[in-house]
Amino acid sequence: MEIPADLKYTKEHEWMRREKTRVVVGITDYAQQSLGDITFVQVPKVGSVFKKGDVCATVESVKAVSDVYAPAGGKVVEVNEQLAGQPELVNRSPYGEGFLFAMESDEKDDEGLMDADAYRQYVESLS
Amino acid sequence: MSGYVPHTPDDIREMLEAVGVASIEDLFSVIPPALRPRSFNLPEGKTEFEVTEYLARLARKNATHLVNFVGGGFYDHFIPAAVDAIASRAEWVTSYTPYQPECSQGWLQALYEYQTFICELTGMDVANASLYDGGTALYEASLMAIRATGRNRIVMDSGVNLIYRTMLRTYTSNLSIEFVEVPVEGMRTSRDGFFSKIDDRTAAVILQNPNFFGTVDDHTDIVEEAHRRGALAIQSVYPVALGMVKSPGEMGADIATGEGQSLGIPLSFGGPYLGFMACRQELVRQMPGRIAGATVDREGRRGFVLTLQTREQHIRREKATSNICSNESLCALRAAVFCALMGARGFAELAQVNYHKAEFAKRVLTSIAGVSLACDAPTFNEFAVRLPRNADEVVYRMFDRTFACGFPLGRFYRGMDNFLLVAVTEKRTREEILTMASALEAVL
Repeated sequence: MEIPADLKYTKEHEWMRREKTRVVVGITDYAQQSLGDITFVQVPKVGSVFKKGDVCATVESVKAVSDVYAPAGGKVVEVNEQLAGQPELVNRSPYGEGFLFAMESDEKDDEGLMDADAYRQYVESLS
Repeated sequence: MSGYVPHTPDDIREMLEAVGVASIEDLFSVIPPALRPRSFNLPEGKTEFEVTEYLARLARKNATHLVNFVGGGFYDHFIPAAVDAIASRAEWVTSYTPYQPECSQGWLQALYEYQTFICELTGMDVANASLYDGGTALYEASLMAIRATGRNRIVMDSGVNLIYRTMLRTYTSNLSIEFVEVPVEGMRTSRDGFFSKIDDRTAAVILQNPNFFGTVDDHTDIVEEAHRRGALAIQSVYPVALGMVKSPGEMGADIATGEGQSLGIPLSFGGPYLGFMACRQELVRQMPGRIAGATVDREGRRGFVLTLQTREQHIRREKATSNICSNESLCALRAAVFCALMGARGFAELAQVNYHKAEFAKRVLTSIAGVSLACDAPTFNEFAVRLPRNADEVVYRMFDRTFACGFPLGRFYRGMDNFLLVAVTEKRTREEILTMASALEAVL
């Protein structure tokens, strides 16, 4: 299972890549494997504002529909339009082409997120 | 028949022991005594014969001999015998939700065909496998619009059936939804009203065609205005009318709903009836209820499944698209059989016959001195007339002459005490229309 070292993680299996005040958000490799084939991704509208922990997207697979929680608060500035036609990108490349959206977000909001090591331990504790 | 005995005294003792209470009274002790029923007043069991007699006596209270000119959302249409013959087969009557497609192909195909008929009638892309009734369907459509737009204001025509409007307000009474009602003008949808009330916070407009007064309208202009403001357009329709009037799809509406009772389901107090719902493809993931879909199996053979199940309550729990997860499959089956028997041409003919009979009745009734047409807008098979006296009284007097002559509009609309709403289906003969008119003349 892939857990890139430069990302932050949540217990709900979202990842976040911070580039100063901009963060890119997606779901982890573990999440996409658990969900199975992803058939639909509902991304937020550009301009919508979320607090940390708000439901900001949903991912639908053949098994379930799961909510995605905002790993940090902020305003959505970009969404992955490709997912509308190719939701399987989340399965194929959860940390790359399968990202969900990007938002403007304050660094103070990173508190409480896990680094790669902590997330790996967390995932191992689940099995 | 014996009394209903769900548990033996031994069962009850065992269960009480398991939860650790001494008696049933102790079990319910958390409920304040004032809130407990004083008595359940359950009489002793009766014999089967006694029960049959009792129910027959109740059934005799129904006035089944009246010639029916009452509509108001529920219509007295002919039901071909084949509908009962097919829908009463045990394979349909006793089956459960088709969660397992491998042993439910018959049901899934029937629902798929039902959905196809609803799509063809409404001119929409996708239909679900049914909801409780027309009012529930309209409520679910409102919630769809609220989810899809992220807004919470609904602008609704007062020409929408009062039963539906009341259901909407009741179902949503604990949600923060703002309903704005636009009063009709001359029994038609008010353009000025809608154009001034639709704003950038509006999630949807709700229209009905024909409206409660029977008036047929082309709501295209209101649909376009709603879209211009980023709102959706919901239209509640009378399916039989769709055999000749412009469909919600043709008017550009986003969601079509309606009461399917007219499609092979008998009139009965309280139902069961049939709510149908169809929408545009873009909204399919907001649509509640289940959807039967066609697919192919491993060997490429056509088959049917429940699709988009992951949004349903049995999987998504409290986050399901809707928690009214029951539907009316048996009624939907009746509707599918009815539509299949009619065919496209038969359906169009049925609509024509309804329209022409109602036009005939319009001419006959308005030739009575003191009776006039309430408005000159086009109608389908139902229209309002103004009487020289209170319509409610007239309706009661007409019962004695074996006619249920219409619905007194004063019951639903203030200031309309003298207005009578008359529905004429294909079942009403020329003879019945003429004798009803002379009875009405005598009563006035």
